[in-house]
Amino acid sequence: MKRYQVVTGVALLGLFVLGAAWGSRSAWSQEKPYPTRQITYMVCFDPGGQSDREARRQQPLLEKILGQKVIIDYKVGGGGALGWREITKAKADGYTVAGFNIPHVILQPLQQDVGYKMEQINPVFIFHSTPLAIAVLENSPYKTLQDLIDFAKKNPGAVSVGGSGSFTGYHMATLRFEKLTGTKLTYVPYTGAAPQMTSFLGGHVTAVFGASDDLTRFRDKLRVLGFATDKRFPGFKDVKTLKEQGIDMVEEVFRGVAVPPNTPPNVIKTLEAAFMNIATRPEFQEEQRKGGFVPQAMGHEETKAYMKKMTAIYTELAAGLKKK
Amino acid sequence: MGFSLDFLMQGFADALSWTNLFWAFVGCLVGTLIGVLPGIGPSAGIAILLPITTMIPPTSGIIMMAAIYYGAMYGGSTTAIVVNIPGEASSVPTAIDGYEMAKQGRAGPALGICAIASFVAGTIGIVGLTLFAPILSNVALAFGPPEYFALMFMSLSLIISLSGRALLKGLIAMSLGLLASLIGQNPLTGAARLTFGWVDLMAGLNFISIIVGLFAISEVMINVERSAALIYESRIKGWMPTWEDIKRSFGAMLRASGIGFFLGLLPGCSPAVTTFIAYDAEKRFSRHPETFGKGAIEGVAAPEAANNATSTSGFIPLFAFGLPTGPPLAVLLGGLMMYGLQPGPMLFQQNPKFVWAVIASMYIGNVILLFLNLPLVGWWARIALVPFPILGPLIALFCIIGAYGIRFLVFDVWVALIFGVIGYLMRKLSFPIAPMVLATVLAPMLETSLQQSLLLSQGSPVIFFNRPIAAVFMALAILSILRGAWVQFKTHAPEIALDDADE
Repeated sequence: MKRYQVVTGVALLGLFVLGAAWGSRSAWSQEKPYPTRQITYMVCFDPGGQSDREARRQQPLLEKILGQKVIIDYKVGGGGALGWREITKAKADGYTVAGFNIPHVILQPLQQDVGYKMEQINPVFIFHSTPLAIAVLENSPYKTLQDLIDFAKKNPGAVSVGGSGSFTGYHMATLRFEKLTGTKLTYVPYTGAAPQMTSFLGGHVTAVFGASDDLTRFRDKLRVLGFATDKRFPGFKDVKTLKEQGIDMVEEVFRGVAVPPNTPPNVIKTLEAAFMNIATRPEFQEEQRKGGFVPQAMGHEETKAYMKKMTAIYTELAAGLKKK
Repeated sequence: MGFSLDFLMQGFADALSWTNLFWAFVGCLVGTLIGVLPGIGPSAGIAILLPITTMIPPTSGIIMMAAIYYGAMYGGSTTAIVVNIPGEASSVPTAIDGYEMAKQGRAGPALGICAIASFVAGTIGIVGLTLFAPILSNVALAFGPPEYFALMFMSLSLIISLSGRALLKGLIAMSLGLLASLIGQNPLTGAARLTFGWVDLMAGLNFISIIVGLFAISEVMINVERSAALIYESRIKGWMPTWEDIKRSFGAMLRASGIGFFLGLLPGCSPAVTTFIAYDAEKRFSRHPETFGKGAIEGVAAPEAANNATSTSGFIPLFAFGLPTGPPLAVLLGGLMMYGLQPGPMLFQQNPKFVWAVIASMYIGNVILLFLNLPLVGWWARIALVPFPILGPLIALFCIIGAYGIRFLVFDVWVALIFGVIGYLMRKLSFPIAPMVLATVLAPMLETSLQQSLLLSQGSPVIFFNRPIAAVFMALAILSILRGAWVQFKTHAPEIALDDADE
């Protein structure tokens, strides 16, 4: 009987020691060197899209800088929501990072329960943006933005504007444009930017709010009427901004990478430095510009502040739209 | 930008270099393998191999990725015929007659005809690509939302001929298919439907899991119940198709190639859609429609020809406009852009060497695939001779891997298993499965184009009838429905049952 008690005591003591060791190990792990094994880079959109191409451009450079293998993995669905839910639930050790887009991560949780909250998206870096611009076909009767607005005012609903998805940057741009110009347009959503542009080029919608890289790709088939940017877009120097034309709106899609909430600060710093190293390389920026992207280099804090600012703007916009 | 023999010859010279030949061969081999495995489709295959392409020259890389895509069309039929499990969504119609042929001991000829039909259609497709790429590229643009809706509506009316005698059961199966694809976010507005607050359902059910479940898993369950020793027990008569087989199906191959080729120009018309249309067209065209569903070799040749022609003609809008017509081509577009090659009219002018080398390699790739597949026919057909207690679990294993491989989510595995049970019940109650699959495949595009069209017309359905292309499809659909209904009510012994559910 006594022997059993001793054995039990020893066993309990052993467990306690083990537990303590475990606890202290996890305490140490806060300052564990990073990275020591391969990193998974989650792409939340179809392979071949902008997010995927960017990730693949960065992958070899990241491997060189971080000294670890980087694997690209796809979690596609729900306009990105599926992957973003995943990243907010992943282990906060920096071995899973995910590409993310603004304004998607702001607008989706505003609209309905998508399994993650905007605050849970822990941004590391933003590496580029694609401003949106309103464009018509090259052979369209609308030579200027004013032509289009005049026609839309006389014929409410007759001007159809194609975009990618609902409650996306494209949709918001159209709604803001309507509000600011006092017109009534018909927004036609598509499942992605590719079908949007196909339908536009086939003349099935009057105009599009298109992303700058798509507009660059098809530039000889269309006429850009105005960019939703602060300054003129470098690739289309002779195209006025909407602001210059009296419509005060800026609408851009930003792409970057994020990690799970509560990721240790040293991990975020390492990743941030790696992405900064890549994003500031001249040849990388040149490649981006050629494809119609605007190179960006926003770190952890800067991105967080930017997201906060945009959330306030979009929340107000969305509330205003619901009332209508 | 037009056709030039000089360019094509130069292309052949490039494509026949040892490096390019080697990568074309690798692509064909990987493509066939991907085709054979259910669940793993060409998009995943190409995406997985994308990193390799950064190490090899652009031309070789694109040659390999293209070969994976059309190679997968060859491989998809194998398991469809031998064990009634379509390796790709595009081989679902192949299984209808192919499996029947296999049960009659003619798996070898069925597989042989597939390889030959794929080769014929692939080659016709490339000739079309070579000669008409610039002219045909405009077809893709002529299709706006109303045209797509009309086309999808017409395709959906095929349910009538796919369900044969069991029209009511076919319609129920169709409704189930449509219902299943409604689950998840509305593709355009993002509104959640039928998710019951369950976030996993937000992204919807992937139709590959549905197909894997309905066909493969339920097939395994049925066989377990029967405690089958073999998938089917019959003498195997001959490994190769006879001249008679080839003669009988040659017309079908040509017609299906034409259908597949033209539909392949349209974005969104994946091989999964065109094979159904080609199969139905062939059944209507045939002088012996009663043999369809009972092992008609034309029923095997037509879908196989159609999916190869579709995969080839998809390169026309891709090269000419940079418009991918389906996910595998979108990945390819990504590949092109990674190499800094900008698809579009300028591609033919700025990189003619590259374009023509890829086109020439496709001629060669089809020959490689024919030689890769025909001699192996006997080998593939023998799979069915593996005792079921070994084969059954293997099939189940591949199904689970395949379902997991779509998005790397365990959720998709559960979906496949649940649809396995649904498929089992449907077979037990002799509901045809093909209409359900067709409905699931068509639904997203049907729904999207309907919403977009009605937005464009501000709610008026007249938009489907006052545009010529849309009107023709709508007329065909309505005629097909009326005819089906008339046959059903008037004669009571109507078109021939195409009951893939009954034994």
